[in-house]
Amino acid sequence: MTTDSKTGMTLIVKTITRLTVGLILLFGIYIVLHGHLSPGGGFAGGVIVALSFVHLMLAFGKDVAVSKISKNLASNLESLGAIMFLSIALLGFLGGSFFLNILSKGTPFKLFSAGTIPLSNISIGIKVGLGLFAIFLALVLLEKAKKEK
Amino acid sequence: MKTVNIIPLFVIIPLTAAFLIPLLGRLVKRFSEFAVFLSCAMLLYLSLHARILLNSLTDKILVYKVGGWVPPFGIAMVLDGLSSFMLVTVNLVTFCVAVYSLKYMNKYTDKPKFFTLFSLMLCGMNGVIITGDLFNLFVFLEIASIASYALVAFGTEAEELEASFKYAIMGSVASSFIFIGIAFLYGFTSTLNMADMARVLSFKQNAYLVHFVGVLFLMGFGLKAALVPFHAWLPDAHPSAPASISAMLSGILIKTLGIYALARVFFNIIGSTQNYLSVLMFLGALSMLVGVILALSQWDLKRLLAYHSISQIGYVVLGIGLGTPLGILGGLFHLFNHSVFKSLLFLNSGSIDYALDTRDLRETGGLAKVMPITAKTNLIASMSIAGIPPFNGFFSKLLIIFACVQKGYFGYASCAIIASILTLASFTKVQKFLFSGELKDKFKEVKEAPWSMVISTVCLAIVCLLGGLLLLTSLQSFMGDAADVLLKGTAYAKDVIEAALR
Repeated sequence: MTTDSKTGMTLIVKTITRLTVGLILLFGIYIVLHGHLSPGGGFAGGVIVALSFVHLMLAFGKDVAVSKISKNLASNLESLGAIMFLSIALLGFLGGSFFLNILSKGTPFKLFSAGTIPLSNISIGIKVGLGLFAIFLALVLLEKAKKEK
Repeated sequence: MKTVNIIPLFVIIPLTAAFLIPLLGRLVKRFSEFAVFLSCAMLLYLSLHARILLNSLTDKILVYKVGGWVPPFGIAMVLDGLSSFMLVTVNLVTFCVAVYSLKYMNKYTDKPKFFTLFSLMLCGMNGVIITGDLFNLFVFLEIASIASYALVAFGTEAEELEASFKYAIMGSVASSFIFIGIAFLYGFTSTLNMADMARVLSFKQNAYLVHFVGVLFLMGFGLKAALVPFHAWLPDAHPSAPASISAMLSGILIKTLGIYALARVFFNIIGSTQNYLSVLMFLGALSMLVGVILALSQWDLKRLLAYHSISQIGYVVLGIGLGTPLGILGGLFHLFNHSVFKSLLFLNSGSIDYALDTRDLRETGGLAKVMPITAKTNLIASMSIAGIPPFNGFFSKLLIIFACVQKGYFGYASCAIIASILTLASFTKVQKFLFSGELKDKFKEVKEAPWSMVISTVCLAIVCLLGGLLLLTSLQSFMGDAADVLLKGTAYAKDVIEAALR
């Protein structure tokens, strides 16, 4: 990250962003991981994760955000998230049924419990987070291409 | 693997293909073509297999409990006569279109993205057909619709983007109506499982809400099916898409998302009363006439075909709306036939566009000399859609007209005959301006379409030619079972619940 004033917003915004962006990302990951215990889950957490990157892009400009996650990486990881979710669903066939929760359920209200639900939440989190970021990135790139014309 | 396990595969296979293609499509050359071909071939085989499997059962219904949860608590997938009929139709057309697209899509850039959206659309359609849960139906309907909005805009020209935008707005309005309808029904019955919902609704007396929901569904699914007062998006959206996608949209998408869902909801969940049926019949007859009259004056080949889709959808809705065994059989038969010959016509228009780079009927002529196979397949499809014996369209139109007469609706029967004559007139124009007459000098060098495109059109033409054989007693269970499901009405609930507890 750079404090170079040529790209992005003013120094104040950049400083605040540098302080908060990690927290937002962590909060998103927390929501994803605790999806089976508390309100939220893969989708809500994924949106917050995407917002942290969008925040970065707004404050520091497109290049800084793209240096963290490129467009190709985002779209590949998004597909990977979907494939992971599908594979977890397919694992159910080992127990005899599509989407069957075959892992041990553990004790309720512990972090490691509920079988395949947290894993599904993580894959949805990846899919939604990177997917939303990719959509935002695509809109930004399109706008830039239009201006260059 | 248990036999019932083939049911979720109809969703799993296209979904896997859809998400593997963007991952591997850029790394491995020709992976996207290979994956789509393989998945469509597998789905075609599975749908035929499911049909044969269903034939061997006495009660002709299979229920899959997703995640092992017994309905109404979990999501159920139901394979009955109607679903398997639709699955065979959808996957047959999709397979031919996929083979066609392998070569045709060279006209456009970024094949992997195209095939991703194509597989997603297929996944949505198969899901709508196979699901036994009303909210799940909405989710799959949205998957198929959103993929189709993107596919309409695939050429990214100004005209295509405008059509796609219009389609997206109208489609979202339709989805909202459907969603509100589902929300009301959920609030009223406290269940989302279609069978359980039908069971609960049968105990409710004087439920005015149900009629309101019926109207919402009629608007929503009617918009998706492009029935006449709701048809404005179709003549823009279908011609703008790449030809293979026009074939998918006109051939199967409007039927799966529109007619199948409409019939399933009205007949099996709400229960068809004469009021609903009269509305359906009236809308069907109106679509039939308005669609064909608007088609007569078109000069853009694909736009003309799109207007004919509206008209032919009218036949299907009229047949199903009659509510008699013969009418429903005729309607479903016409649904199958229309998906075959309309996708064939759109694929042929794609071949012509591929070779000539124009679809204006005033500029073409004499193409029979340079594109002999396309000329013949187009002739077969034109005669099928116009209802000339012995092609398949003749038999289904005959059944619908007989059913109208049998129930005493002579007005609707004559509407169907008039629309059929106007269709014949319109397609005589197509054949004349495309294939007969003098070949223009600038088209002297034109060659027949590549062989993979020709093969898929020839396959569809053969189905058109032999489609009438489906009425033979030995093959009749294919459509007979589908009609039985609709005729049983809300007894569907009992069948599904019994099959689920097995």
